[in-house]
Amino acid sequence: MAEHHVQSPLPGTFYRKPSPDAPNYAEVGQRVEPGSVIGLVEVMKQFSEVQAECAGTLRAFLVEDGELIEPGQELATIDGDA
Amino acid sequence: MLKKLLVANRGEIAVRIIRAARALGIPTVAACSEADADSLAARQADEVRIIGPARADRSYLNAEALLQAARDSGADSIHPGYGFLSENAAFAEAVSAAGLIFVGPDARTIRRMGDKAEARRTAMVAGVPVVPGSPGELKDIEAALRCAEDVGYPLLIKASAGGGGRGIRIAHDAEELRREFPIAQREAQAAFGSGAVYLERFIRQARHIEVQILGDGERVVHLFERECSLQRRRQKVFEEAPSAALNPAQREALCASAVRLAESLGYRGAGTLEYLFDSHSGEFFFIEMNTRIQVEHPVSEMITGVDLVQAMLRIAGGEPLALRQEDIRLNGAALEMRINAEDPARNFFPCPGVVESLGWPQGDGVRVDSHLYPGYRVPPYYDSLLAKIIVHGRDREEAFARAERALEETQLSGMATTLSLHRWLLAEPRVRAAQFDTGTLETWLAERAAALEV
Repeated sequence: MAEHHVQSPLPGTFYRKPSPDAPNYAEVGQRVEPGSVIGLVEVMKQFSEVQAECAGTLRAFLVEDGELIEPGQELATIDGDA
Repeated sequence: MLKKLLVANRGEIAVRIIRAARALGIPTVAACSEADADSLAARQADEVRIIGPARADRSYLNAEALLQAARDSGADSIHPGYGFLSENAAFAEAVSAAGLIFVGPDARTIRRMGDKAEARRTAMVAGVPVVPGSPGELKDIEAALRCAEDVGYPLLIKASAGGGGRGIRIAHDAEELRREFPIAQREAQAAFGSGAVYLERFIRQARHIEVQILGDGERVVHLFERECSLQRRRQKVFEEAPSAALNPAQREALCASAVRLAESLGYRGAGTLEYLFDSHSGEFFFIEMNTRIQVEHPVSEMITGVDLVQAMLRIAGGEPLALRQEDIRLNGAALEMRINAEDPARNFFPCPGVVESLGWPQGDGVRVDSHLYPGYRVPPYYDSLLAKIIVHGRDREEAFARAERALEETQLSGMATTLSLHRWLLAEPRVRAAQFDTGTLETWLAERAAALEV
């Protein structure tokens, strides 16, 4: 079982939910597929989705909701199926 | 006169406000987030107060932190700039309650003009035209047909509970209205849980034209209009003053209506009244008022020679307006190009980065408002505006020639910017001929993208 790191190519602010009142996109322990949205990165008032790149189980988030991130920073880990 | 000014903003407008205060001999305090501790505003202000972390909701939107910074530094006044808390009535109220001066109109005026329906009523009472529409919900097609005679075709059938462009159908004549009205009601019911619909005139190819005003609570003057039709995603990209679409009689009527509305409010400070202008019929319609300084204010300063931010500070300090309307002359033409940290080749994706080399244009009729310096790291947490390049000429043609020269002289590396978009816009015959409306730029960009893909 391979461990995958989800990274952000962008600097900005990481969010786990689409809006302050909404539920999180994804929770630890949840199944994800390639393309599953697990969060958002806001850079200069524009939002980009953060997606899982492989199928597996979301093991952990490495940054908090609302935390500032740098390019290349690891945001989450996924236990891949393959 | 104000004794000490807290600048509750960042970026180029913070630098702009500090410059105006300095010209009047008012000491300044830059309120900065941690991410802006090394900003140009922080370097230029007499004092710096860190008001919180990078996130705007914990710094520039944190009213209590701003008030604390004002108290700690002994400032007697706060300039909110644009965006952030500049049109937040509760903040203006809190500033006054703390015994400080809010540089802008009072909270009551901000609240009144911030409410769209209330602003529309205020305009109608002042005799300022608004987009014709039904006074409220229309129950049935007979009522809609009667109302349509007053509103005029083509018209839009809009869901009362809709918004953001959803729940809208168009009718070009009575027959189409008969057909579309019941569909609109059913759709509104399905989409928004309410079948209530109303009518509004559809203004094809509208231009966005706005009037700059200054008031001291008793008297109001205008500083002519700005044309801001070149927009992308409702964000202004390129502005000019005056508008090339108005004849002198239209200009006079438009500016007089803005003064009338602002005088009916007893307006105090700098403000902008936005209108839609129908160049086919020559009609203009008030849409909303911005009760603050605007990004594109320099084009008005260039054609009138009036420093709007200094005027705001003087008015806030209790001085009456020094200008009479007849003192304000429309001189030549001015253009503003917004340089953003966005990549036009990648659908304007934001590109924060470090300024590697920097050279601004110089010479007659050229002005640059910017917070950049060589080595500055543009933070990713705020908007992407890097600089405004503003030019003035005796006429529109000279302004365009100066704009081309200014862009040639501009050197900015380290990140992708919208400089290339402006080079293209200046060379575009339809821009030169002022043939555009609020939808034009997006159409051109889509055409260009399609042409590049072929």
